[in-house]
Amino acid sequence: MQIDCPFCGKRDQSEFTYSGDATKKRPDHNDQDPQAWFDYVYQRDNPKGAHQEYWHHTSGCRQFLVVERNTMTHKISSVQAVGDLNKGSAE
Amino acid sequence: MSRYSIFNLVGNALSGHKNWKEAWRSPEPKPSYDIVIVGGGGHGLATAYYLAKEHGLTNIAVIEKGWIGGGNMGRNTTIVRSNYMLPENTHFYEWGMKLWETMSQDLNYNVMFSQRGVINLAHTPGQMDAFARRGNAMRLAGVDAELLDRDEIARRCPGLDMSPNARFPIVGGMCQPRGGTARHDAVAWGYARGADLRGVDIIENCEVTGFKIDGGKVVGVETSRGDILAKKVGVAVAGHTSQVMQMAGIERLPIESHLLQAFVSEPVKPLIDTVVTFGAGHLYISQSNKGGLVFGGDMDGYNSFAQRGNIPVIEDVASCAMTMFPNLGKIRLLRHWGGIMDMSMDGTPIISKTPVENLFLNGGWCYGGFKATPASGWCFAHTIATGEPHELNAGFTLDRFEKGYTIDEKGVGPVPRLH
Ligand SMILES: Cc1cc2nc3c(=O)[nH]c(=O)nc-3n(C[C@H](O)[C@H](O)[C@H](O)COP(=O)(O)OP(=O)(O)OC[C@H]3O[C@@H](n4cnc5c(N)ncnc54)[C@H](O)[C@@H]3O)c2cc1C
Ligand SMILES: [Zn+2]
Repeated sequence: MQIDCPFCGKRDQSEFTYSGDATKKRPDHNDQDPQAWFDYVYQRDNPKGAHQEYWHHTSGCRQFLVVERNTMTHKISSVQAVGDLNKGSAE
Repeated sequence: MSRYSIFNLVGNALSGHKNWKEAWRSPEPKPSYDIVIVGGGGHGLATAYYLAKEHGLTNIAVIEKGWIGGGNMGRNTTIVRSNYMLPENTHFYEWGMKLWETMSQDLNYNVMFSQRGVINLAHTPGQMDAFARRGNAMRLAGVDAELLDRDEIARRCPGLDMSPNARFPIVGGMCQPRGGTARHDAVAWGYARGADLRGVDIIENCEVTGFKIDGGKVVGVETSRGDILAKKVGVAVAGHTSQVMQMAGIERLPIESHLLQAFVSEPVKPLIDTVVTFGAGHLYISQSNKGGLVFGGDMDGYNSFAQRGNIPVIEDVASCAMTMFPNLGKIRLLRHWGGIMDMSMDGTPIISKTPVENLFLNGGWCYGGFKATPASGWCFAHTIATGEPHELNAGFTLDRFEKGYTIDEKGVGPVPRLH
């Protein structure tokens, strides 16, 4: 498997560290609803198909990326830098 | 159907082994059952067997989308042990070990359970201390454990690199003498035959595609071969736990599906007569009765339903094996394969009631569910038959994550790929 890093280009999977489900949004620090934290910490969609996930380019630019990968075929349909994504949501 | 015995074997040998009867029937599904078990892996089959044997319930179907034992049951590295430290695990897996010790007799089926010992290597004094602690916890619970020094490890595992300038010098280890291996396919077939003999219908090539739920209560399943009504339904589908439970309206679970590979070498003369695990990386290795070295290591490390592995892990596993046993360098790999595992968020299984009445869940086995097969089936049968968990699986509830009662044997927190 290769990941096309927006900063470094196509690199072997072994340069990256997997960091899990990228759809989970951490509740606000002052959020006192245990259900929200339970959902964030433990509950997963675990899709058989398209999965949004974090990969850290540990042996490259060291940026965190959000990759959309199919969990059945490992086909990657998009790679974005986390920073770009956050910019998008702030607008 | 006749019992297997020496007479039966000799008789069939004399007639050229042409008259053996099929070990279980292949019935058409009936319109309704008292209990439907979804998933014909080891756990589903063992559950049906113990429902019949221990609870006298026989109007049961096991529904399997492929063929029985075609999932993780036929893909694992067959290691059986009960060397756990947290009380819930210690007692559960030890009950499993006791069932393993009588399984071949009980099932009248040779599952080739071989108590050749499981040795965990230590490479630092700190690891030795941790093993002493774990071993003592086990012995206090009545489980066997022994601490081995360096010389004893060298004596028991002649091929190991014991040199002081090894990359990770071995300082000792822990052994559970009653641990070992078993023939995984035989376990599936033995439970299937045992359940079938007691009247359970084993229905292969039948996929569950939905649940019939009426007022918060499950009343049956929809399958690729039509609807089947059931008073109770037990789900034991390993890697597909999330997908199947979603059909019952349970959107999310504390589970991710990950891929684990296993490897077997060409057959060689007897080399390793125990099970050895590496303590400085991740590797476990044993030798099958055919002579092949059977081994595995880390998961591929990212969510997967691919049922085939990727290259980096092959390299990692091979280098760990070579570090431990340098004499493996010239051995050729015969086959490798992958299985999809239901990794729970605390590394501990779930054998539990669910928010849907009369729907029960057995999952979250991570990569340790083969050894659990008998205890899992036994406890799940109890839970389904009585509607309440047995003392042995009382801690393995689905709501423990929400309530703060996680059972994290490894102490690594809620990261499924680390367990
Ligand atoms: C490579 C590898 C090595 C392992 N090594 C060990 C080991 O050394 N020791 C150990 O203790 N454990 C080990 N394990 C773990 C162990 O194999 C599993 O935890 C255990 O087999 C899971 O339970 P099962 O046997 O019921 O699963 P499975 O055999 O996977 O059974 C689940 C069944 O459910 C069926 N199914 C799924 N969806 C549906 C549906 N919709 N309708 C009908 N049927 C369905 C599947 O087809 C499958 O047959 C290993 C696992 C792997 C992958
Ligand atoms: Zn990069």
